[in-house]
Amino acid sequence: MVDYYTHDTIVALATPPGMGAIGVVRLSGSTALEIADKVFRAGRGTPLSRADSHRLTHGHIVAAESGQIVDEVLLAVMYGPHTYTREDMVEIDCHGGLAAQRDIVRTLIAAGARPAEPGEFTRRAFLNGRIDLTQAEAVAAIVRAQTSVALRAAVRQLEGGLAQRLRGLRGRLLGVLAQLEAQIDFSDEDPGDLNRPALAEELGKIGAELDALLATSFLGRMLDKGVRVAIVGRPNVGKSSLLNALVMRDRAIVSEVPGTTRDTVEESIEIAGLPVCLVDTAGLRVTGDRVEREGVERAHGALDSADAVLVVLDLSEEAAEEYGTTEALETKGKDQADIVGPPHRLGDLGFDPERTILVGNKEDLVSSGEKVRGTDVRFAEVLRLEGIHGEESPRCVVSAKNGSGIEALKETIREMIMGPVGDAWQEPLLATERQRVLVEEAGTFVAVAKEGLVLGMFEEMVAEDVRSAASSLGRITGQDLVEDLLDEVFSRFCIGK
Amino acid sequence: MTMFDRFDVVVAGGGHAGCEAALSAARMGCSVALVTLNIDKIVLMPCNPAVGGVGKGQLTREIDALGGEQGRNTDRAFVQIKMLNTSKGPAVRALRAQTDKRLYEDWMKITLVHTPGLYVIQGEVCGLDVSRETIVGVRLADGRFFGTRAVVLATGTFLEGKVVVGEHTYAAGRVGELPAVGLSASLREMGLELGRFQSATPPRIDGRTIDATKMSEQPGDPDPLGFSHWQKPQTRRQIPCYLTYTTPHTHEVVADHLHLSPIRTGSVSGKGPRYCPSIDRKLINFPEKRRHPVFVEPEGATTCEMYLQGLTTSLPIFVQEMIIRAVPGLENARLIRPGYAVEYDFLLPHQLTHSLEAKAVHGLFAAGQINGTSGYEEAAALGLMAGINAALYVNNQEPFVLRRDQAYIGVLIDDLVTKEIDEPYRMFTSRAEYRLLLRHDNAAERLSPLGHTLGLIDDEQIAEIEQRGRLLAEGEALLATSTVKVGDVTNDILKSLGSSPITESQSAARMLRRPELSLQDIVRMLPEIPRVILENLPPDIADQLAVRVQYDGYIQRQLGDIRRRRATEETHIPEDFDYAGVEGITVEARQKLCRFRPATLGQASRIAGVSPADISLLLIHVHRRRGGNSVRQGREPAVR
Repeated sequence: MVDYYTHDTIVALATPPGMGAIGVVRLSGSTALEIADKVFRAGRGTPLSRADSHRLTHGHIVAAESGQIVDEVLLAVMYGPHTYTREDMVEIDCHGGLAAQRDIVRTLIAAGARPAEPGEFTRRAFLNGRIDLTQAEAVAAIVRAQTSVALRAAVRQLEGGLAQRLRGLRGRLLGVLAQLEAQIDFSDEDPGDLNRPALAEELGKIGAELDALLATSFLGRMLDKGVRVAIVGRPNVGKSSLLNALVMRDRAIVSEVPGTTRDTVEESIEIAGLPVCLVDTAGLRVTGDRVEREGVERAHGALDSADAVLVVLDLSEEAAEEYGTTEALETKGKDQADIVGPPHRLGDLGFDPERTILVGNKEDLVSSGEKVRGTDVRFAEVLRLEGIHGEESPRCVVSAKNGSGIEALKETIREMIMGPVGDAWQEPLLATERQRVLVEEAGTFVAVAKEGLVLGMFEEMVAEDVRSAASSLGRITGQDLVEDLLDEVFSRFCIGK
Repeated sequence: MTMFDRFDVVVAGGGHAGCEAALSAARMGCSVALVTLNIDKIVLMPCNPAVGGVGKGQLTREIDALGGEQGRNTDRAFVQIKMLNTSKGPAVRALRAQTDKRLYEDWMKITLVHTPGLYVIQGEVCGLDVSRETIVGVRLADGRFFGTRAVVLATGTFLEGKVVVGEHTYAAGRVGELPAVGLSASLREMGLELGRFQSATPPRIDGRTIDATKMSEQPGDPDPLGFSHWQKPQTRRQIPCYLTYTTPHTHEVVADHLHLSPIRTGSVSGKGPRYCPSIDRKLINFPEKRRHPVFVEPEGATTCEMYLQGLTTSLPIFVQEMIIRAVPGLENARLIRPGYAVEYDFLLPHQLTHSLEAKAVHGLFAAGQINGTSGYEEAAALGLMAGINAALYVNNQEPFVLRRDQAYIGVLIDDLVTKEIDEPYRMFTSRAEYRLLLRHDNAAERLSPLGHTLGLIDDEQIAEIEQRGRLLAEGEALLATSTVKVGDVTNDILKSLGSSPITESQSAARMLRRPELSLQDIVRMLPEIPRVILENLPPDIADQLAVRVQYDGYIQRQLGDIRRRRATEETHIPEDFDYAGVEGITVEARQKLCRFRPATLGQASRIAGVSPADISLLLIHVHRRRGGNSVRQGREPAVR
């Protein structure tokens, strides 16, 4: 069933997330003031109910439960009908950082607001007569565009298996529900006994997976830590300069995060509004066989946890001379200590072609002779020498030194992470925050249902909680509960008089 | 020369739907003709001799609460009655009665012929007369013509009916009865789309030839409740059912003859219900199951016929006999009536509005199996609603529609008109998203005030309901404010009940949320004043009070859900709305919307293939069409 409510209070970021110096979080609805008042501490201590309309007030957003300060903000109360939606609205100007904006939105959700659906502010503006009929057409276009983004977000961006896992978990919830429902609807038709401990155990497992999903899914990580992009390559191919070149453009919002291990360097940048964490594996240097193995393992770890891997290759004349022949390469691998993870060829690390971007660096140092033959030919040869079958991965030729090709590389990273959504990608946080809330909600219902089973609550109460959980997940994947449930019951139980 | 007569409403069909339709329309002041093929087969029970069950029992209670007849009639005719799901929570409990089929028919006929304004007529409606897309009369096969403003079609399985037993197939509405042959063509001529369903019934045997010692007895409740709210539960000598199980030997017999099954020979082609599979189908779908239950049920007090619930089949008769005799306790059973399958036309129900009126023909209503449902309770519910709406139509009044959060009847009709149904529709509690609100114990509070407005519930009845409401509200307030004091006395009681002790005093309402404690247990721990008041509540009110308190958290969640959806539910889509003009909705959504033509956005949102984005766009266009911008505020749902 569609959840399309028009009387509750909604919240969303009004500015593209993470961009610019100031972010605007907007609340609209009959309880906007009430909700904002719960989490806002004005600098002068005056409550929001006494604030003038359309005036900025300085203060802090404070988490209602913990009392911790979330951010320093400027807040404006705007009374309807003189607002964009004609409802009471609150606008909160906060620092531009995505983390801060996200925390404010979450704090407001915890205080009773609901994440807005795509285009919902505009829709309310229309419904309340704020904008005219011609503009309504534009709303339709926005809704359409944003829905397609949300859809792709589910299908493509979260393709790391999230949508699939959600469907799987929902299916398992239906399995539990089918057993409960059979007890209720077919109690006089021999459905067998209800195995409460087994169902509770299954719910426990589902709950744990929902938690894990929130913590480890692309969605969860993207919001908490950003997208992880690993940079690998041999020493001196220019990984550090590439990292710097990528970071350089965004100097204003860069902060250096010390890695969890001494040898890993992480830098954060933003690409198209998403926080991207670059992980440089430059430190994976080896000195002996034992440590060498450890280095390889660590490299593998970095690669496995990355959403994208930049494999940096040296296209320069100097490197070409050093490579010499394949035999020389192998000798080099054995003799020299100063080498990245794999002893022999980079290809041995086993890259996942769908997550790999091949970066040919030092374009500026390609010999003039090679340039005549074509940089591509040189690129292909290096790949061959490194044992990388790079046909399915995108390639970028850059010069970390003079900055050529860096923007194209960013675009390639963006496309790999989000899919080819182009300009329609406007509110990634919005789409995903709603999903996160729903997954979290499902987890809560599952926990209550499990407890109910153990405590001996009636079947229909437990079923109600499992239903709510399945509905929450179904709202992400867009599936109808009752029909699926009946199919499940009839396929599991021989029902019939 | 042909006879000519005029009625406000003509009901075609005298089954469970037709009787309720005729009674409600007549009780609302209309002159009504109930035209039936055979007045000695009124409200026949061609399948199981039972009314109620989980989901269905709630429907019967609701019919009764609205002034319908099924509950009362069942109470007069039952030979056994019991509450189901007693080990489950009170919200999903339901009554089921075994009825004396003969008595059931007799009582209904008595009621019909004594209802003022209602005329029972034997005949076959074979054609509808329509002028300017509006019903003006019906033609009977014997040449009679009745002028009328409204027709309720309640023809059951008779439209182009075809009976199948083994290799024999012949035209019939039920075994031994002629089908209705002209009407389907008449409906098609009006542009209505028909589908084909199949249903089946098990064999009946001679009760004197069963060995009850090999089966387990299934008695009725010692203190039986009744379906009807308006009369005292009746006590009478009850007749037991018996339970036995098929064995691997039974399954071998079935397996040896599967090649003769209509499933395999293809002589049955219509879609049958998944919840009512034949014994052949059960073996095909669940080969690993080693036994299936068979309930042996009496068909009445004056007959020795017994119904073999669980052995539905239309295999050849000699195979049916072999199967029966391969079941423990039935080794020497004599077959009286063989089981059979019936195939029939039904009206695809999306062509109806929520008032059960055909969208294409004013004044044409449909109820019962012709709408693609199965079961006496579903049929009666639809009949009642169609009768009410036919009467309202005749009097130029607004239709009467129940919402999904008000009644199972609301769920039933909404499902029928907004979903593609691909098997005969039966009610399950799991179809009702608000089932914790739609309990059998509060049916009268939910619906009787509405029945009163319609004139189907009288002043005295409604006064009683209002008095109940007051007692419930008082009891609830009392439980919320009374305190169970911490102390040895309390904790000793808790201990004896297997409940953990309390460390601080708490409200009686809170204590009652412990699943192991009943209202009576809590009352024991209360001070004298609230205790005496609560102890003196009538038992059924006390039970209902306990349910309200125990389910409060869930009830509040569901009420919140209803409030949030109310705006969507109440946004009307104009009848002639042009879906082609809505840019941006998907092709599938457009096709579905054009087919179903939902009356509200809420209905539109339940149609498979219509997404939230489509609804958003639709909303904008609906408002644009209307030129207004306000969405009606939702009302509070009334009953818990």
